Amino acid sequence: MGCWGRNRGRLLCMLLLTFMFMVLEVVVSRVTASLAMLSDSFHMLSDVLALVVALVAERFARRTHATQKNTFGWIRAEVRLLPSRAMLTFMASDSEEEVCDERTSLMSAESPSPRSCLEAQQGEDGESAAQWRSQESEEDFEDDPDRYICSGVPGRPPGLEEELTLKYGAKHVIMLFVPVTLCMIVVVATIKSVRFYTEKNGQLIYTPFTEDTASVGQRLLNSVLNTLIMITVIVVMTIFLVVLYKHRCYKFIHGWLIMSSLMLLFLFTYIYLGEVLKTYSVAMDYPTLLLTVWNFGAVGMVCIHWKGPLLLQQAYLIMISALMALVFIKYLPEWSAWVILGAISVYDLVAVLCPKGPLRMLVETAQERNEPIFPALIYSSAMVWTVGMAKLDPSSQGALQLPYDPEMEEDSYDSFGEPSYPDVFEPPLPGYPGEELEEEEERGVKLGLGDFIFYSVLVGKAAAAGNGDWNTTLACFVAILIGLCLTLLLLAVFRKALPALPISITFGLIFYFSADNLVRPFMDTLASHQLYI
Amino acid sequence: MTAAVFFGCAFIAFGPALALYVFTIATEPLRIIFLIAGAFFWLVSLLISSLFWFLARLITDNKDGPMQKYLLIFGVLLSIFIQEMFRFAYYRLLKKASEGLKSINPDETAPSMRLLAYVSGLGFGIMSGVFSFVNTLSNSLGPGTVGIHGDSPQFFLNSAFMTLVVILLHVFWGIVFFDACEKKKWYVLLIVLLTHLLVSAQVPADGAPRRSGLAKAQTSSADITLPDSKPLLCQVSRKEGTRCTFSPESACPYSSR
Repeated sequence: MGCWGRNRGRLLCMLLLTFMFMVLEVVVSRVTASLAMLSDSFHMLSDVLALVVALVAERFARRTHATQKNTFGWIRAEVRLLPSRAMLTFMASDSEEEVCDERTSLMSAESPSPRSCLEAQQGEDGESAAQWRSQESEEDFEDDPDRYICSGVPGRPPGLEEELTLKYGAKHVIMLFVPVTLCMIVVVATIKSVRFYTEKNGQLIYTPFTEDTASVGQRLLNSVLNTLIMITVIVVMTIFLVVLYKHRCYKFIHGWLIMSSLMLLFLFTYIYLGEVLKTYSVAMDYPTLLLTVWNFGAVGMVCIHWKGPLLLQQAYLIMISALMALVFIKYLPEWSAWVILGAISVYDLVAVLCPKGPLRMLVETAQERNEPIFPALIYSSAMVWTVGMAKLDPSSQGALQLPYDPEMEEDSYDSFGEPSYPDVFEPPLPGYPGEELEEEEERGVKLGLGDFIFYSVLVGKAAAAGNGDWNTTLACFVAILIGLCLTLLLLAVFRKALPALPISITFGLIFYFSADNLVRPFMDTLASHQLYI
Repeated sequence: MTAAVFFGCAFIAFGPALALYVFTIATEPLRIIFLIAGAFFWLVSLLISSLFWFLARLITDNKDGPMQKYLLIFGVLLSIFIQEMFRFAYYRLLKKASEGLKSINPDETAPSMRLLAYVSGLGFGIMSGVFSFVNTLSNSLGPGTVGIHGDSPQFFLNSAFMTLVVILLHVFWGIVFFDACEKKKWYVLLIVLLTHLLVSAQVPADGAPRRSGLAKAQTSSADITLPDSKPLLCQVSRKEGTRCTFSPESACPYSSR
């Protein structure tokens, strides 16, 4: 480790020199009243900060021994601090001397890691090592070479399996309740406050028949026709996606997904922001707006399509689902929206459970090839591996193993060509008895974004119903949560991917219509008489 | 009415329930699920009782007058019976579920029946309170004057306290009910039912139900019916181009917006 001593000396020298120059420049600038000198001195200050960060990183990296918590020791801390250093250096636009090349330190960390991982699971079957290797080869598809996944799905005693199921069951239900609730809250809050989304300003081309007809029968017919067209579009797009996937046109699919996320994150956010600002009469100039939307969109693209903190990724997925749901609420005509909701849950049921359903085929293909299915379209409650994390994370491997599970399915598109997957998965159990608590908690369940969208559409339409009545909205909300709970229960029982829409949407529809027509007059009458039941 | 009224009444009505939720239920996922299931059961019971009330109204052809009052009383009685029936049904479901949990997790302690009673009572209570009070609360954010026709100006406060009472009572009823079911003391169920009926029979002192009329506000595209609190306050719709029409017209100090 002589490298460290030498480099530390170099860093210290550099720091001292830069600091001295900075002080000198400040003094001279005050003496000669030169603004240019002062600005240059601040420039040197940023260099000083960058060097301080490098020193700190180097100090961390000295502690290279693997511990229980950090299996790679703190070597990766250097990598972690690299972005901040790079930023500071970039700001100063200097060239920074790369002391003790990151790559060399990474390289040295690389080779011990797989071995240490494997050694840690010496007692497990050899098959786990093989699995890990096959996973590693899949990493290319994921396009992130920094993923160090130490696998190991050891055999576990059979009695534990059911216990783990139920123990994970309740927690995962809540892990899904929270984002679904958040999405609905965003949609309902927007609907109730921003008038734009309840105004009728035209229809989508996918629902060409108008509902402004004279008779009820005609209106019903039009809405059924609209539904047929919409569902046909969705089916065609799903089949198209499956065909593309089967022929390995990954680039096309990814390009498509990126285009749709771009549209959602930039265009729809811009419109949404504009309407919200209009509602609250807040003035915002174009440069600020541009900066805000650009930052929001760029970070969103990075988080969703590449890597990012899990919480941020989840937040972005919730936001794009809410935006999509708002668009649907605005542009789908009244009756068509309800019929579409019903029809899409039927379609979801068929597509996910029938042997020849497009989604089933998609998932089976993904499984045969041992590939993960488009992570940008699924909300995952599990932790995923992020760069620089030194902690062993079998759960991410659990999440990656998701597509390897025999029957995983996904479904349906929304009309904007973004495939969204309204169904639920449960990853296989990587737990073993001696596991630490935090690793157990990180196994998660996944829900397709289409589910979020359609749940929010239902609740949003209940909120938009125009009576100022909150009871219907709340009834639909509870109904959807219970449906989701039941779906997850079925998931835990059947242990295969299930469509998440049918039960919740059925409950939601029943509760909407009965609450709107039966409960509302009853509660209103009770309230007017100040009776409490 | 002011934001102070809104927040004050909201916290009076839902504060204790929220505190109970945050400190006892939010920590355990299983309890949250049981809470929501309890709320769902209450909701279903309300749905069924409204269905019966609606059918009864249809059968009597929506005649105005004392018939409506009797129908309402019938509706309330029926609703309470059905609520207690659903409480019993939830008890049976929880019993089965807790046996199932015990068989699957022998070493981990399943939640006790008393805890489940508390959770289910809270679920019932929260849903009941929310359904009774949330519309009134949302009205309190809008413009208007309370008690303009000589009714009590403390309408919101009274409602808030009543809601609080109902929520807490549901918790207590849940615990007593489940305990009675466990110990097979069926007369206690009757006591719970009677006390529930007693509480619901508490109409305000001036006896007669609030008089007629739903304030109708017309928009360009649809009729909006505001929840009926006309004699207590005068509502003005916030939507553009709407008029708040009352009978008599002169009674409303806000004519149009």
